[in-house]
Amino acid sequence: MVLIKLFLAFLKIGTFTFGGGYAMIAMIQAEAERQGWLTGEELVDFVALSESTPGPLAVNMATFVGMRTGGVLGAIIATLGIVLSSFVIILIIAKCFERYQKSKAVGGIMSGLKPAVAGMIGAAFISVAGTVLFPAGVSVSVFSSAGFWIFLGIFAVTTVLAFKKVHPIKIILLSAVIGIGAGYGFGL
Amino acid sequence: MIPLIQKEVCENKKWLSEKDISDIVAISESTPGPIAINAATFVGYKTSGFPGACMATLGVVLPSFLIISIISMILTQFQSIRAVRYAFMGIRAAVLALILKALWMMFNQVKKKKKPFSYAIMGLSLLLTAFLKIDAAFVIIGCGLFGLIWSMLNRKEQSNGTD
Repeated sequence: MVLIKLFLAFLKIGTFTFGGGYAMIAMIQAEAERQGWLTGEELVDFVALSESTPGPLAVNMATFVGMRTGGVLGAIIATLGIVLSSFVIILIIAKCFERYQKSKAVGGIMSGLKPAVAGMIGAAFISVAGTVLFPAGVSVSVFSSAGFWIFLGIFAVTTVLAFKKVHPIKIILLSAVIGIGAGYGFGL
Repeated sequence: MIPLIQKEVCENKKWLSEKDISDIVAISESTPGPIAINAATFVGYKTSGFPGACMATLGVVLPSFLIISIISMILTQFQSIRAVRYAFMGIRAAVLALILKALWMMFNQVKKKKKPFSYAIMGLSLLLTAFLKIDAAFVIIGCGLFGLIWSMLNRKEQSNGTD
């Protein structure tokens, strides 16, 4: 039963995501929370690991969630789910692709989809920020904890590096080193 | 990944021309699903039909699949180590930064169009998915339809204007 749910969830995610992995995060989070597959923090960790391993982010995420919820079979099913609709749609388009590309309808649909995807990445940012900044909910005591400010510091540094086009793997490695240093240094 | 595909497919194997590659990238970006999968399926199909599409897709998925499976199996054991927990604390902050960067890049693409319509869709999509928790699939369908209708209405107005 969990295998069918995994397949359907990732089939849906693969069918309705445009333009790469980050737009997918909001959707994976919604599905994973609805089914109780992952906590918000696990999801963020998976995003980091998927980003620091080779291969498409979406496929990596699917394999991860599948493996965690349904073992090896789950991983295969989830990966199949995320690939299937891409595969079928591309096969269909490959046959009539000149027409598809010049079609004004496709241009119109894309003019609505691109901003929608931007909005969804915004939603992913808000939900991930909530998960990692306030894991136990927003309260005054959060702002007096060292962890919160260390976190903001790492976020500020890595944001600058990301905008300077430093490779994501380097950024993730650096953040891990700072995390270890700060963790032991402040005895968190 | 696209520059890698280009180098391998055009320069090394000479399966496709540069023009084909730019078409494939455009199509891969405007169809659902991961761009790398779309591009692999397309290149495979163009080169040797359906079996080619299957093999290319399998090829692009397989390394990810194996690596992630192994990591996922050993991750649980590592998570009990204190240093690993601290490392992930730092990494979570970095992920937030990477998402912010992706958001900025998408926002710039929207900004280029300089259309109030695009900003409205962006705000609406953010509101619906982040705060009202509407299913992202419905938001995508709705925004796609909205874009289609909007562009059709605009075209009608333009053609009326020239008559």
